[in-house]
Amino acid sequence: MNRVRKLFQRLKTEHRCGLIAYITCGDGPTIEIIRALEDAGADAIELGVPFSDPIADGPVIQAAAMRALKNGTKISDIFTIARAVRERSEIPLIAFSYLNPVLRHGIEKFADHAHAAGIDSVLLTDLPAEAAAEVKPAFKAKGLGSIFLLAPTSSDARIAVVDRASDDFIYYVSTMGVTGARSELDPALLTRLDEVRAQVRKPLAVGFGISKHEHFALLQDRCDAIVVGSAIVRAVADGDEIGAATRAGEIVRSIRMI
Amino acid sequence: MKRSNLPDRRGYFGEFGGKYVPETLMAALDEFETAYRGLRRDRAFRSELDDVLRDFVGRPTALTEAKRFAELCGGMRLFLKREDLNHTGAHKINNALGQALIAKRMGKKRIIAETGAGQHGVATATACALLGLGCVVYMGEVDMARQELNVFRMRLLGAEVVPVTSGSRTLKDAINEAIRDWVTNVRTTHYIIGSVLGPHPYPLVVRDFQSVIGREALAQLRKRTGSIPDVAIACVGGGSNAIGLFYEMLKHDSIRFIGVEAGGRGPNLGDHAARFSGGALGVLHGTRSMVLQDEFGQIAETHSISAGLDYPSIGPEHAYLQQIGRVEYYDCSDDLALEAFHKLSECEGIIPALESSHALGWLLRNGASIGSGKIVIVNLSGRGDKDVPQIAALEGR
Ligand SMILES: Cc1ncc(COP(=O)(O)O)c(C=O)c1O
Repeated sequence: MNRVRKLFQRLKTEHRCGLIAYITCGDGPTIEIIRALEDAGADAIELGVPFSDPIADGPVIQAAAMRALKNGTKISDIFTIARAVRERSEIPLIAFSYLNPVLRHGIEKFADHAHAAGIDSVLLTDLPAEAAAEVKPAFKAKGLGSIFLLAPTSSDARIAVVDRASDDFIYYVSTMGVTGARSELDPALLTRLDEVRAQVRKPLAVGFGISKHEHFALLQDRCDAIVVGSAIVRAVADGDEIGAATRAGEIVRSIRMI
Repeated sequence: MKRSNLPDRRGYFGEFGGKYVPETLMAALDEFETAYRGLRRDRAFRSELDDVLRDFVGRPTALTEAKRFAELCGGMRLFLKREDLNHTGAHKINNALGQALIAKRMGKKRIIAETGAGQHGVATATACALLGLGCVVYMGEVDMARQELNVFRMRLLGAEVVPVTSGSRTLKDAINEAIRDWVTNVRTTHYIIGSVLGPHPYPLVVRDFQSVIGREALAQLRKRTGSIPDVAIACVGGGSNAIGLFYEMLKHDSIRFIGVEAGGRGPNLGDHAARFSGGALGVLHGTRSMVLQDEFGQIAETHSISAGLDYPSIGPEHAYLQQIGRVEYYDCSDDLALEAFHKLSECEGIIPALESSHALGWLLRNGASIGSGKIVIVNLSGRGDKDVPQIAALEGR
């Protein structure tokens, strides 16, 4: 069983809502940032692969991706980062990418390299569950889990498809729109989340817009984990490089408040 | 070859096409497809569309024989399909009006669009003004500078033009921004994409609305020459004017089809928009096709003198037609397109769009190999008025 699946089992027995931290690889001192996130209590890390045309991302993660690409970040650097984390930690690692860089690397080669580097699962933002067959066999052969998105617009039929296709958990997009910290949660979210949760068997993580302890407090009894992205990425960019890891860790602490 | 019944149910043309979008948009694509499948054979819808195409757009467009230009190209019988004579000056209006009519039937009151040359933006703004729909157009800052006149036209038509400052600040980035808007406002908004690009069902819908070009051309040619063309030529940005000309003709095995891409200033990545010679299989903006990209799968920047061809991917049906060898694709450099732009203006009294000038440029250089008795049709996809200030600046006049 991969580390992501184990994590969700543990969260269940501990009756606790997990926190998954997203970072854009290659924007700032990524390896140090991951350690700080882990020290601050993050339960898993999403390794964002920078892409030139991130259609699902708001300005904060777009800018981070552009900086990372300018720094020369390549998909092989994501594997290097994962290997470095694995030298000292068993924290679950989820690769988070758009489809094209993975396609170009080669699906099977990607699965091979990701597995060897200690990555547990993969989420491809622009690969809907209907097209899962294009990647899943290759991922599965290496023990990598596939994760798919659900959104407020997903029909019951699609919820069933995504539930079947997702291996470790389902990523529920909290709101209509792109990534980015928001001051308020979507008012329709809580009711919708209860409806969706009643229809799925896989664990449910909720992301997009979550940036404060109040959000976490509202969501913690309604899902298995939350994902924090833009708030962390913004903190990394918001100051000098030396303080980036500390600032990222503070975001996680302030959201969990423990 | 029979005209293909592609795309298949999942939106593929062979291995190309499909639907590669974030989950939030899947419901909207399904809704659009259902609406379109219902309307495709709906009498009332068809006749409403035919009426606006005739009374508002000015269809059918003329077919003009270009005798003097043909002499420069080696002496074939050359006909120009005059999409430049459409209201708003290009073929883009055929699709913009069709989709705006669907949006209205779907109850969507807000329309968004991307634009490169500004022609699709102007066409969409025009359709929205006609039908009373709200309109927001995304346009890269670089394109806004080189197509200033069209920016002003869109604003006159009541559209909001949003400058896009991310990435290369051209068409690709305008599409990114339009998709981000759509993800956010999908319940109230329809996205009118301007070419045979994007996720299924867009390549199908846009092809259907543009195929009026080839349907008219075949009938007009039959009347004028008693036969079908030997060669059909069009420029290829996303590929809508080319598919529009080719689609109804594909059932005739004897016709040779030529698509002309932007060769820009040279063969290095970043200097052109020639997807077949320089690209690789990839996924961009919801569809799997030939994409200009680096070895790490990052999308490449492109260059063309014409904003409308300056895009790193190509419609999936073109990728399929190239793969099966049914359509040949070549490229035409900035310089050759400019030469054709001047030649057509001077010897036919028609100022072509820089995009269309690529098709003419290819013919100017390669026409001699076609044979003097042959009947050739070129899709004159748009008029060059929009390009006049850019060319004046370029040539220091
Ligand atoms: C006049 C004209 N021709 C051609 C094009 C290229 O688009 P497509 O390949 O979809 O016809 C454009 C795009 O803006 C255009 O304005």
